[in-house]
Amino acid sequence: MKTYKQNRELVIPGELLAEGDYLLGEGTFRKEDKVYSSLLGLVDSKERFIKVIPLSGKYMPHPRDLVIGVITDIAFSNWSVDLNSPYTGIISISNATERYIENGEDLSKIYNIGDVVLAKVIDVSQSMVVGLTMKDRGLFKLREGRLITISPTKVPRVIGKQGTMVQMLKTMTGCKIVVGQNGRVWIDGKNANAAIEAVRLIEREAHTSGLTDKVKEFLEKELGSSASSNTSKLKPKKVEEKEEEKTDGKE
Amino acid sequence: MGKSSDIKLITDGKRIDGRKPNELRPVKIKAGVLERADGSAYVEVGGTHAIAAVYGPRTLHPRHLVNAQKAVLRTKYDMAPFSVDDRKRPGPDRRSIEISKVTREALEPVIFLEQYKKTGIDVFIEILQSDGGTRVAGITAASVALADAGIAMRDLVAACAAGKVDDTVVLDLCGKEDNFGQADMPIAYAPNEDKITLLQMDGDFTEEEFETALKYALDGTKRIYELQKKALKERYEKNE
Repeated sequence: MKTYKQNRELVIPGELLAEGDYLLGEGTFRKEDKVYSSLLGLVDSKERFIKVIPLSGKYMPHPRDLVIGVITDIAFSNWSVDLNSPYTGIISISNATERYIENGEDLSKIYNIGDVVLAKVIDVSQSMVVGLTMKDRGLFKLREGRLITISPTKVPRVIGKQGTMVQMLKTMTGCKIVVGQNGRVWIDGKNANAAIEAVRLIEREAHTSGLTDKVKEFLEKELGSSASSNTSKLKPKKVEEKEEEKTDGKE
Repeated sequence: MGKSSDIKLITDGKRIDGRKPNELRPVKIKAGVLERADGSAYVEVGGTHAIAAVYGPRTLHPRHLVNAQKAVLRTKYDMAPFSVDDRKRPGPDRRSIEISKVTREALEPVIFLEQYKKTGIDVFIEILQSDGGTRVAGITAASVALADAGIAMRDLVAACAAGKVDDTVVLDLCGKEDNFGQADMPIAYAPNEDKITLLQMDGDFTEEEFETALKYALDGTKRIYELQKKALKERYEKNE
């Protein structure tokens, strides 16, 4: 067991990371006894475990991920969902709602094309069909608010350790925020503009240290100056009052 | 190549642009130059300027090309009409279709295509200015762009040419040396894998000359590899 790279060191594809009996995580591969990086990213190793945190790339669906999807098509017994990924999600009738769906019911009344939903990945088949469900606590259709897209690799930074970053964004801006693992962020509330700018700041500076402080400073400045000029008349929202602690504590 | 001429390409051991036989032209590489591409890179090798853009992995169209086992890599090499002295007629021609194909084959072995099954990865290489060695500059740029796009790879591919002018083996031919020289041999090489992924040859070498040219070219690709590495790291380390 020998490491050639320090933790958090930037590596490129093909760089030698370590030698010996490691457990390999994402972004690494083994050739004989040696472990190499397969991605451009930061090394992350704990004891026997080694992986590379990517800095760019597309969203690859995994079971239990919380994602924000856009309905793109309605078929006889399922909905197709765009996941901001190379693969499309499918919500089948049995996973669409808690209630019973009548035979011959108009499916577009439940989810129509263009609707935005907060869903959960239940399985990813061999043929890369991504099964989604809406039948879980805190999954719902996102009716108002704004949807922005960030790089999926920056999602863990927006969420923060044990969700500290989103928690701070929520309390400081008073917005409702949902972060999907697929890089879509839904923001609803009076200070949505400030919150969006903060998320963009996190995206831009995701690989730097002291990010929480920078964001805090930014929001204090932003909210301090916008408080006086806040004339935006947002209608009182009637989004389902389900608690939204589903940001998935993935670091 | 081929056209014999009175131009003297080597005088007192110096080449027409003043280089030594095994010297590269100044190389500049920058990663992440395009806003809207998933990954991109810009490469300058002397007077040859190339830009590469990567899109994907993304849903592949037309659907009949989809491979259930792995991603489909598609490459397009294209020369801008203004990249050469006499305007090049825009669009694909026999030469650029061939270069697109060999570029794809030079990159395919290093990409973990099986990690992105049923998708397509598109690589576009645009030659903005040409002064010899455009296909190798294109491959060098494409490899950096792929890494920048966050695509899993076994290694980077660095590419470089060697050739023969005035009966001397030289590294990295410029446009004139390419036109009036005796041989040109572009090579793409994955240094950590220790694999040559492209080797073409135009002209003639003796066996010894070939060995020297190969040695020169591999040495050149290793130097270019270091610059590729630097370019990728600079992309993220600059603003820290």
